[in-house]
Amino acid sequence: MPKAEIDKDRFKKENLILNMGPHHPATHGVMRLLLELDGETIVKCTPYVGYLHRGVEKLAEDMTYLRALPLTDRLDYISSMTHNQGYCYAVETLLGVEIPTRAKFIRTMVCEMSRISSHLLWIATHALDIGAMTVFLYAFKEREFILEQFEALCGARLTVTYPRIGGVRNDVSQEFIDSVYDFTNYFPSKIDEYERLIDKNRIWFKRTRGIGVITADEAVSYGLTGAALRGSGVNYDIRKLFPYDAYDSVDFDVPIGTHGDVYDRYRCRMEELRQSTRIIRQCIERLPRGAIMAKDAPKVIMPPKKKVLTSMESMIHHFMVITKGPMDTPKGEVYVATEAPKGELGFYFISDGEGKPYRMRIRAPSFAHIAALPKLCEGGLIADVISNIGSIDIVLGECDR
Amino acid sequence: MGTDEIIERLKSRFPDDILSVTEFREQTGITINKKNLLEIAGFLRNEPDLGFDLLRDLCGVDYLNKRTPRFEVVYQMYSIKNKHCIRLNVQVSQKDAHVNSVTSIWTGANWHERECFDLFGIVFDGHPDLRRILMPEDWEGYPLRKDYPVEGPVEEWQGFVEVLRKSEEYKQHQWYR
Repeated sequence: MPKAEIDKDRFKKENLILNMGPHHPATHGVMRLLLELDGETIVKCTPYVGYLHRGVEKLAEDMTYLRALPLTDRLDYISSMTHNQGYCYAVETLLGVEIPTRAKFIRTMVCEMSRISSHLLWIATHALDIGAMTVFLYAFKEREFILEQFEALCGARLTVTYPRIGGVRNDVSQEFIDSVYDFTNYFPSKIDEYERLIDKNRIWFKRTRGIGVITADEAVSYGLTGAALRGSGVNYDIRKLFPYDAYDSVDFDVPIGTHGDVYDRYRCRMEELRQSTRIIRQCIERLPRGAIMAKDAPKVIMPPKKKVLTSMESMIHHFMVITKGPMDTPKGEVYVATEAPKGELGFYFISDGEGKPYRMRIRAPSFAHIAALPKLCEGGLIADVISNIGSIDIVLGECDR
Repeated sequence: MGTDEIIERLKSRFPDDILSVTEFREQTGITINKKNLLEIAGFLRNEPDLGFDLLRDLCGVDYLNKRTPRFEVVYQMYSIKNKHCIRLNVQVSQKDAHVNSVTSIWTGANWHERECFDLFGIVFDGHPDLRRILMPEDWEGYPLRKDYPVEGPVEEWQGFVEVLRKSEEYKQHQWYR
């Protein structure tokens, strides 16, 4: 039987356009990726964001500084302490409020706990997407402990609103300190456990080594910050360069990678877990006594209730701060950046003398990271898209605001 | 390098483009003429002592009824080698709301400029792909402008009307028999 010959000129070849739609288990939120594939290689990758846009910047122009604080919780809902801290630090810089030392140490401690919580969720979902499902269950047990501590501290697990302008909302109890110190005793062994599961695993190597490589110059040009930039070898950590709160009173190291691939970014974040544990221990050991809210800014921060009920001036200040916002605010603009677990979180405030910000701009790290996603994915395979999305550690609430 | 030295270098190289310098809380903002934005940004990035290689943020501001060039585009830059930061303010009028795009200098400016266009309506000339990013593609109006209502547009967006209509239609269907 004569073999049928295929006439190759009669067949057209086109690239396949695949939609990784807004609802997808691996995109960590609602993000749409339009992939143009040649076989299994990605030729073009276009991210579409904006599905979670809530207009936080527009809303904040209508609200006083205190009322706009819970909006920042909902930006990165996984580690809301750090975003509250960033906002409060920015407003304190703008209004010129100095917070007491005890509040600084408490804020540093809870923000490092929040960083650990965020990184645990990151490693859980990153490993789960790649296929290592056990890490998810192990990491969430420790994360549950941290969330329970947050609930004991301020009543909320996820969207806490605990750091306030001028300090923190309430003091920490001895029970809280004891259980968190106990946590720092056993947590490093847990990190070893997670690493034992995947660190030297052959499948993990194949899925993460050499994938999503970005050189240091390209990473800086794209505006990547945080662990995504440090994985490429650039030493940029805002806690060391522009120290805020108690970061200049504690010792910690900043892990830097070399190759700029998914594996190095993973190693950076695992090391950051250890460094965060170190910082929490030092904060607890060096926690000074004292006030937790600034006392010398009556026109910005609400005076204590006892004074409000007895002194006329305090009552007027209390009334004005609640209804109109901080009084006699200076005019000016300020850009303040802090190190959120995902990268550099920046707040740019413009104040024109009123109790509400004239313009609040949130520089979200995830926004810049998703912009770099096409660079990481193009030329790779579909399965590497999942590794890349996991390694840049995005959360859409922050990206879309 | 101190901020004063940076301003001196800029002034000596571009004497008539520096409109004003403001300082507040130890942060300096330089207002420049938008005509030579590309050259100034290139100079700031490529000059070895200045070397502003990280563009941290690019955003727009609307000064409706407060100032005559209505808009302003603000660039926050940082130099990783030399460890100093600067802020550039470029004033943009409403009639000629065009600014040169700095995507050729910092790739990360791409999405920030798209967001500025989406929310303010400032057009960036030379941008490779200027379209809406946070709002839906067929949205009308620029939400972050001061004259845009915070409650949303008066007329509901057609995409949402369609979603409501479809949900009504699906409610009529007998899912369980």
